[in-house]
Amino acid sequence: MSLRIVVTVKYVPDATGDRHFADDLTVDRDDVDGLLSELDEYAVEQALKIAEDSDDDVEVTVLTIGPEDAKDALRKALSMGADKAVHVEDDDLHGTDAIGTSLVLAKAIEKAGFDLVVSGMASTDGTMGVVPALVAERLGVPQVTLLSEVSVEDGTVKGRRDGDAASEQLEAALPAVVSVTDQSGEARYPSFKGIMAAKKKPVESWDLSDLDIEAEEVGLDGAFTKVEAVAERPARTAGTIVKDEGEGGKQLAEFLASQKFI
Amino acid sequence: MAEVLVYVDHVDGAVRKPTLELLTLARRVGEPVAVALGNGAADTAATLAEHGAVKVLTHDASEYADYLVVPKVDALQAAYESVSPAAVLVPSSAEGKEIAARLALRIGSGIITDAVDLEAGDEGPVATQSVFAASFTTKSRVIKGTPVITVKPNSAAVEAAPAAGAVEALAVTFSDKATGTKVTARTARESTGRPELTEAAIVVSGGRGVNGAENFSIIEALADSLGAAVGASRAAVDAGWYPHTNQVGQTGKSVSPQLYIANGISGAIQHRAGMQTSKTIVAVNKDAEAPIFELVDYGVVGDLFDVVPQLTEEIKSRKG
Repeated sequence: MSLRIVVTVKYVPDATGDRHFADDLTVDRDDVDGLLSELDEYAVEQALKIAEDSDDDVEVTVLTIGPEDAKDALRKALSMGADKAVHVEDDDLHGTDAIGTSLVLAKAIEKAGFDLVVSGMASTDGTMGVVPALVAERLGVPQVTLLSEVSVEDGTVKGRRDGDAASEQLEAALPAVVSVTDQSGEARYPSFKGIMAAKKKPVESWDLSDLDIEAEEVGLDGAFTKVEAVAERPARTAGTIVKDEGEGGKQLAEFLASQKFI
Repeated sequence: MAEVLVYVDHVDGAVRKPTLELLTLARRVGEPVAVALGNGAADTAATLAEHGAVKVLTHDASEYADYLVVPKVDALQAAYESVSPAAVLVPSSAEGKEIAARLALRIGSGIITDAVDLEAGDEGPVATQSVFAASFTTKSRVIKGTPVITVKPNSAAVEAAPAAGAVEALAVTFSDKATGTKVTARTARESTGRPELTEAAIVVSGGRGVNGAENFSIIEALADSLGAAVGASRAAVDAGWYPHTNQVGQTGKSVSPQLYIANGISGAIQHRAGMQTSKTIVAVNKDAEAPIFELVDYGVVGDLFDVVPQLTEEIKSRKG
């Protein structure tokens, strides 16, 4: 038996940097350093754990869509321990929205071959959190999403989804699409050995024609949504700051009363 | 006037507040037609009618509880096909976003998630979103198909607007994918008696400075004196002091209450992302240099173990 895992990852602008929009109202990816989305590190980690816990012959492929720099995200995942990588890169992809992203991912996942897709819970830039569900819809396989615990055994994926109202145990037959939360377990740091080994691991590059996707289906032209205006949130006006000299709690209560909260 | 589909989030027939807010927004765009699924679906009708639903489409089947997401997508698609609405609005819960996204893909439409406001526009509804850890706001439109938009809690006021609310049975045929992901067990969360974090008018949060699970009782006491929900920063959750379901921030809940009180929270970007849109922000922190003070309307530099209990006592005595 073999188990083919594809991990989808995104190269995002550093959330601690000064993120902003480019002139065409897409996310500016030039002025802020990029990195593997922190939330996708959890996906890589769980894929590697599933591989380690399996008696099968497991291959972990890490997949990204993005410009040249996005290779950094793949390198990081490879140095953590993934076996190989696929980079979908095409100038026509600039400005692709969630619907388009799910199309490209689904086509690439099918081309790579898969039994299990593992994704993070959301990207740290777009933060929609809908791509795993969209990919499952496109691939026509079960979605087992937002898991804080995941395991694979005998062709079945099981996991725990912690919702607001209840915690649910889920189960689906492979092939399936899984997404994991930041509660699924801390991601490992790449070892020196891992970093060296990653340099020799294969990274394939595919463009839209490799995936039989027309340019009009993706990018800004193919987008189903349009950002019409962006505005920086006005800085909050400076508030009153007092030092507690023994009456801090009472002063705060006075403020809350003045604002009619008490 | 065009009809607008509103997906109803309810617990055994009790409609949750974000759905009522959604009805307020839906009325700006058209006539709300509500879709309520699962156990107690028909019991939602009276409340929905009071808040503007002209029709309530209902369907109950065991699939909604026994399988994840897809049965609800099948039903919402059936409602979409029977109504041909001008837009579809869904509450921005984790599940709501997944349902909305899959529906959008099926009907060839675009999707906008986590809107914080919605207005009618010449070319269809315009959604306001808060992005990049709430440092920017954007206005967006769906430009292909029927707009599918999810809206965050606390984005609009709940308004009474009596309408017919005629209950109609929705005919649903489940797809062969509906039973793909089985829910084999469900453990309901124990009720704390406090308001839902994302829906609360006041949120009282604790962070690293709370310094231990046992100390969260002083945060809870303050919350209870104000009838508030309790939140926690990632540092406090990662340390195991408070449950992850209460985490406020980029990887937890994003909240937008009337009043947010941050105690012992430094205000890192990860946390700000989840609370920066709160109307009034108050903080208590020992460190005068903590970035949280850049956001506050009122801040107290001091030891939260002194300030918070004094505040709680003062609130209690003022409230009598």
